[in-house]
Amino acid sequence: MKRQKMTIEFDDNNSNKSNNNLFDLLSEEIVFAILDLLNTNPLDRKSFSLVCKSVYNLESKHRKTLKPLRQEHLPRILNRYPHISHLDLSLCPRINDNSLTVISNACKDSLRSIDLSRSRFFSYNGLMSLAWNCKNLVDVDLSNATELRDAAAAAVAEAKNLERLWLGRCKLITDMGIGCIAVGCKKLRLISLKWCLGVTDLGVDLIAVKCKEIRSLDLSYLPITNKCLPSILKLQYLEDLAMEGCFGIDDDSLTALKHGCKSLKRLDMSSCQNISYVGLSSLISGAGGLEQLTLAYGCPVTPALANGLKNLSALQSVKLDGCMVTSAGLKALGNCLISLRELSLSKCLGVTDEGLSSLVTKHRELRKLDITCCRKITDVSIAHITSSCGNLTSLRMESCTLVSREAFVLIGQRCQFLEELDLTDNEIDDEGLKSISRCSKLSSLKLGICLNITDEGLAYIGMHCSKLTELDLYRSAEITDAGILAIASGCHDLEMINMSYCRDITDSSLISLSKCVRLNTFESRGCPLITSLGIAAIAVGYVGLLSLASISCLQNMTVLHLKGLTPSGLAAALLACGGLTKVKLHVAFKSLLPHPLFEHLEARGCVFEWRDKQFQAELDPKCWKLQLEDMIP
Amino acid sequence: MDKKDRLCQETWAKSSSSGNELPKNISTEKPSFINFNFNSQQYEQKWEDTSIFGSRTNSSFQEFNPQSETQSLLPSNPNDHIKMADQENSQINETLQTNKIPDWDPRAMLNNLSFLEQKIHQLQDLVHLIVGRRGQVLGRPDELVTQQQQLVTADLTSIIVQLISTAGSLLPSVKHTLSATTTPVGQLGGILFPSGTGMNNSVQQQHSSGSKVSDQSNQMDVTGNCGTEQNYSIEEHEMKDEEDAEEGENLPPGSYEILQLEKEEILAPHTHFCTICGKGFKRDANLRMHMRGHGDEYKTPAALAKPNKEASSEPVLIKRYSCPFTGCKRNKDHKKFQPLKTILCVKNHYKRTHCDKSYTCSRCNTKKFSVIADLKTHEKHCGKDKWLCSCGTTFSRKDKLFGHIALFQGHTPAIPPDETKGPAGPSDKGDENEVANKVGSINYSFGSGGANGTGAQNVMDVKGGVDDPASYFSPLNFDTCNFGGFHEFPRPPFDDSESSFSFLISGLCNYSQKTGGESSSNNIQ
Repeated sequence: MKRQKMTIEFDDNNSNKSNNNLFDLLSEEIVFAILDLLNTNPLDRKSFSLVCKSVYNLESKHRKTLKPLRQEHLPRILNRYPHISHLDLSLCPRINDNSLTVISNACKDSLRSIDLSRSRFFSYNGLMSLAWNCKNLVDVDLSNATELRDAAAAAVAEAKNLERLWLGRCKLITDMGIGCIAVGCKKLRLISLKWCLGVTDLGVDLIAVKCKEIRSLDLSYLPITNKCLPSILKLQYLEDLAMEGCFGIDDDSLTALKHGCKSLKRLDMSSCQNISYVGLSSLISGAGGLEQLTLAYGCPVTPALANGLKNLSALQSVKLDGCMVTSAGLKALGNCLISLRELSLSKCLGVTDEGLSSLVTKHRELRKLDITCCRKITDVSIAHITSSCGNLTSLRMESCTLVSREAFVLIGQRCQFLEELDLTDNEIDDEGLKSISRCSKLSSLKLGICLNITDEGLAYIGMHCSKLTELDLYRSAEITDAGILAIASGCHDLEMINMSYCRDITDSSLISLSKCVRLNTFESRGCPLITSLGIAAIAVGYVGLLSLASISCLQNMTVLHLKGLTPSGLAAALLACGGLTKVKLHVAFKSLLPHPLFEHLEARGCVFEWRDKQFQAELDPKCWKLQLEDMIP
Repeated sequence: MDKKDRLCQETWAKSSSSGNELPKNISTEKPSFINFNFNSQQYEQKWEDTSIFGSRTNSSFQEFNPQSETQSLLPSNPNDHIKMADQENSQINETLQTNKIPDWDPRAMLNNLSFLEQKIHQLQDLVHLIVGRRGQVLGRPDELVTQQQQLVTADLTSIIVQLISTAGSLLPSVKHTLSATTTPVGQLGGILFPSGTGMNNSVQQQHSSGSKVSDQSNQMDVTGNCGTEQNYSIEEHEMKDEEDAEEGENLPPGSYEILQLEKEEILAPHTHFCTICGKGFKRDANLRMHMRGHGDEYKTPAALAKPNKEASSEPVLIKRYSCPFTGCKRNKDHKKFQPLKTILCVKNHYKRTHCDKSYTCSRCNTKKFSVIADLKTHEKHCGKDKWLCSCGTTFSRKDKLFGHIALFQGHTPAIPPDETKGPAGPSDKGDENEVANKVGSINYSFGSGGANGTGAQNVMDVKGGVDDPASYFSPLNFDTCNFGGFHEFPRPPFDDSESSFSFLISGLCNYSQKTGGESSSNNIQ
């Protein structure tokens, strides 16, 4: 950081003496070295490139990755940056064939990676020109391209050097398209077919037969059966296998397998209802190097399952979200496994103080622990966790309602390396926050529905946790502008903030937040004091929301129950945010705003959702929480 | 048998009114075979053959004759034909015998002429009857009239033909050359009913062959095709030869009789021809259905019944067929000869294995067939459930295709062409995009254009469109964009965020009114 600042100052000094162009003294290598260090904030590079023409040109030459905000500027941008190798178009929801042709003609062979996961307006033709012109393409992300058909897959298959391909949710692609890819892209190392519902055993089998280099295979939610398993398990280098929600695979077929996959490192068998520990142990019998195992929403955690995992000496991460858990099972897990670093028991029924304590005392190296919604655990568990797992970096304990407010002080005292902390719906108070503010590396803090915290506690966080990027204050009713101000002034890297239903928040919070230049997600549902002044005036004055839009990439916007908001203010904000992809608005605005505006925005790739909920102003936060508890057994 | 013989004798007796006698008939027909086969030993056989033929012919007449007596109208025709055929035969014989007897026979001429006279009288009666009936039947005149016209024309044609042939018999030299020249046309020195007798052959021979074939094999009567007809008989000879030769060797005694059709015969589109109007049919059942239109006597159960059922009383050899293609396993000369069971088998076999595949599937444009039925069967299955490999091989099942692809290097599943269709090729894309963009901008000016009604940029866009109004408003262009899938995504008019800011503040106040005005003005443009 310091070096960056120094270089920038150095540049500034030189630019003042504009007459003698000292930048000629800087060799290309030095400028490139400087640019290499400017990685943290995209704006740094931008301002650096504006120093002088030669630096501008050098920066253009140097830049390898690009994440454009607006598709319209693509031709100009690509003209300026000739050496782009990674193009992230996830902020441009409207990439069509035309754009792809432009990109492929401009980038040619330099392009190695392209992310099209947020756009579904391109087709076969665009992909064809991309595959033909950019022969060196290695990564292609086509997730969510729900309109793509087999012809498009055949076009992708022309990219012979492809190594990683994401096709998540490409529902119209069938075995035929996958077959083309399998034959065309021999070097494929990663392919994700999650939710490609048209792909069956035949396509998967062909992938396994033709692409011997496969390292990572995601087959989640495919209608596959045991027929394709033998050839998958023959893949020599397969490390990562995800078979979430493959209902067609059952114990019988797994036990029939003669040998497991030896190279396997990560296995995801979540939501496979038909697989018990019997089939699982058969599948992983040969995989001695397994590091990560995900069995969410699967078979119950019993000593038998734990026994099956006994031989996996390399196992580091186990995720058992949503499973039925017994204390005996947890104890056995503690005894059978050697040293876990990551454990998730989120939403598991049956997690008790006894079981959890015996588990965590065996695994002192735990880095990440998720005990979300383990409603039976108390201070005892927290005491054991904090005392034995001092190196925790992530602790998620949403809705552990039996944990008392004193326990949170322990967390701050003993787990100072925490980076992620989820305390949603807990009894934490300002004392707890004060303690937690010791975790100086904290980047994500969730304090939703924490009714005991006030501005005072937030002030501690703002003062000490300068790396905070994510803050959730959903329905934390005591928070006011002062707390937000403290956060905004202390945490400059803030990217996401949720202040929904913090009813005391006013426009001044927005103004203070405008300092956080990286903010990209902002939720202000149910904040009746934010007025049209806050947004419309901001729109004129280039602060607040509009400035957020102009500097970063506001993509989702939810505006509900903002009483003072006038239609024109909203319209201005909507038009200004070119990257918007999803807007939730109260249904009343539908008639207030002109129809062409919506058409135009929808044409830009923005999706509108209309909500017609009565604002429950009379509802006390406490009362709301009680209602919530009634609903959840 | 007795009854039949009697019947046939009756008929022949009738026909003898024209001066021909049955024995003569046979004898005159016979030499033709002898002449060209140079097989005197066959002579006897042929004799038998022809005698069988004769009786059979009669048996087929038997159906007509009673009717002809009851009804004077239509029945006259077949009868006449038969007579004509007899006449013809006699003439043929004469022509063939010209080698021996150079002069023309005035007696035969007299016979012919008297026959013609009789024929004309009959026709006269027919026309009388038609005239008489016209008053009575008014209900469905069209049908009847056409039928009658057909009958009259058929009769007239036969009369004319007969006349010409009679006249032709006066010119022995011409006859001679004609018969000489036509001989080589026949297959394997096949017998030609001397076509030298003129163009009249068609009618008479049709008939004779028709009757003959009906006695030979139930399946076929190769009417109207004199070549095939003659081949037929020749084949029979050959087969007889072979049978004689082979009987001692490998064939079980009396097992089957081998027939071989010639190429032309196999490939002939129709095998059954109407003796009245000459229309061809593939099946004799269809022909019988057709014959009903020529008169009521064809509507009787006897006429509609399968003609050869009565013949079943005779001991019939099982017939098997040989393919005329030498070297084929289905050819009787092949060492491991495997006979074909029916004529249909012969036809399909010959077309499938020895002919060009001229029928291409219109859906996949790859599969070719030589038999139409095969094409139709294929077309039933051709389509979505066709699994196609890049090598052109198709599979009825997807797993078979994938097994094939897994096995061979470089083979890819081929995506059906209708999917890749749609947007045109890359070369056209630029233009299409332009159009699409124009449309986009127009869309915009209809839509949110009101927001910055006076914005310079938008005006520019609209102008860009106006430059080429045709491309805008002609439906064709919209179609093309539609095709490309661009029209839905108009290019956003805000090329620059700065400008969009500047307009939106000013434009906001007069939002809705402007929109309406703008769009209407655009429409006018």
